[in-house]
Amino acid sequence: MQVSAMNAAASPVAATRGSATWRLVTIESKLCLRDKVAPIWGVGCPLIVLIILGSLPVLRKPLEAAGGLTIFDMYVPVLIIFNLAILAMTALPATLAGYRENGVLRRMQATPVGPARLLTAQLVANLAIALVAMILFLAVAGLGFGVALPRHLIGFAVAWLLAAAALLAIGLLITALVPGRSSASAIGTVLFFPMMFFAGLWVPIAQMPPVLQTISHYTPLGAGMQAFQDAYLGHFPSALPLVILAAYAAGCAVIAVHWFRWE
Amino acid sequence: MPPVIEVRNLHKRYDDKVAVDDVSLTVQEGEIFGILGPNGAGKTTTVECIEGLRTPDRGEITVLGLDPRRDRAEMTRRLGVQLQAGQLPDRLQVAEALELYSSFYPRPADWRALMNGLGLADKAKTGYGKLSGGQKQRLSIALALVGNPRVAILDELTTGLDPQARRDTWDLIEGVRSRGVTIVLVTHFMEEAERLCDRLALIDAGRVVAVDTPAGLTERARIEQRIQFRPSRPMDDRLLASLPDVSSVTRRGELVFVKGNDNALNAVTALLARNQIVAERLRVEQTSLEDAFVELTGKRLDTVSDPN
Repeated sequence: MQVSAMNAAASPVAATRGSATWRLVTIESKLCLRDKVAPIWGVGCPLIVLIILGSLPVLRKPLEAAGGLTIFDMYVPVLIIFNLAILAMTALPATLAGYRENGVLRRMQATPVGPARLLTAQLVANLAIALVAMILFLAVAGLGFGVALPRHLIGFAVAWLLAAAALLAIGLLITALVPGRSSASAIGTVLFFPMMFFAGLWVPIAQMPPVLQTISHYTPLGAGMQAFQDAYLGHFPSALPLVILAAYAAGCAVIAVHWFRWE
Repeated sequence: MPPVIEVRNLHKRYDDKVAVDDVSLTVQEGEIFGILGPNGAGKTTTVECIEGLRTPDRGEITVLGLDPRRDRAEMTRRLGVQLQAGQLPDRLQVAEALELYSSFYPRPADWRALMNGLGLADKAKTGYGKLSGGQKQRLSIALALVGNPRVAILDELTTGLDPQARRDTWDLIEGVRSRGVTIVLVTHFMEEAERLCDRLALIDAGRVVAVDTPAGLTERARIEQRIQFRPSRPMDDRLLASLPDVSSVTRRGELVFVKGNDNALNAVTALLARNQIVAERLRVEQTSLEDAFVELTGKRLDTVSDPN
């Protein structure tokens, strides 16, 4: 009763403003899903890899170097990072650079809402898709293959949010620096593979030579993996990976804002 | 009544190229004001400054008493714009775009009625990228009007439309004006300017050449009349050439071509009547707005190339 009375009393202007932002987020989410990158490469591809790897018994033996986790256990956060990286570093910059190239942002400048809110809606839409994908991956790994949830759930959530912030900031930086949609896709893809290597997509970080392990710890995806691993082992992530992620997020965001052009 | 739009001494340059040199104009409430000129004349830059999309280097602009840059939130609520190159995401559907844009404004128009009125109802579920050029154009007109604006600026309103759609759009714009909306129309179609505009600003090379009604501009150009006819019996051309209102007489086959001032037709027909000659196949070329444009700017609208 109280809630409906409050809704009725809300001023029409506030209601319109709220609904404009909400509509933008809804529409941008729909557009992300209609575009093939997010659903196929960002969600479908890592999900299939998860299912295939989960079906290989050899990956289900505990590893001493990883604190008793199995290789498959470690692949669950790798694939969560895979999903974040595709959405933030390829889908987001390609979409936003395309919007700039085609005058979508410019058209928004001539409305009371402005292009900044469209950009925000794109960020929220990608974050929402990533959140759904992360929960889906954890559920499939848990229910399908008996992988336990991260033992420190809050630590895991903090690590995921910081990793998402760092990657979205990198995505915005790519958007700010490239001239158009095609170069945004190209740079996003070129960055994706080395960065995923340091997240342990092909060789688990624990099995890398020490030099590569050290480099990995300072890359955004490697730092994200460190933080996830801590949370899986049951403690709050250590300070270093969290600081590295926060530094990537803040640094890239500042440079992106400085160089960003609406047209 | 204060003017709806006032532009004073607008100047804008891009790097080394002056796009708008010195433009001043005033748009009154309720009129359809045309901005006419060849490509590269500075029409679009002028309206982009009015829309607040570009910052002028010099000059003052007010729209409904608001500053386009400082008061942009307030101004964009009351100003609808159709951009020459304004676009939408390819996968955004027509109905989604209209519903979305209507949510941006405090008192929007009925977007379904606009969609139907612009003949887009059967494309409601079609993505922007799959629309034809004319359909995109009609959608961008709908988006300019969906906020129920007091002023609408339409850049190249009917470019890319077929003749029937063009006439339908003109009817629509006249309907919008009859509801009290002030309209600024950027165009290089003479027919459109003549049909729709109450007043016109002729812009060339970043400057306003003339501001007048379409009829006033035609008159102002004082263009020679061109008369052609076949005399019913042989006659001496010198008779015609001696008339003070006639400037030249030439013959091609059995046809006589006469040029002169706006009284030349009267003088020629009177002379022929006195000599009992009938002017067969008589044709008089009327001065058009197009002629006026050429006369006032020294350029043809369609032959000036786009510098971009």
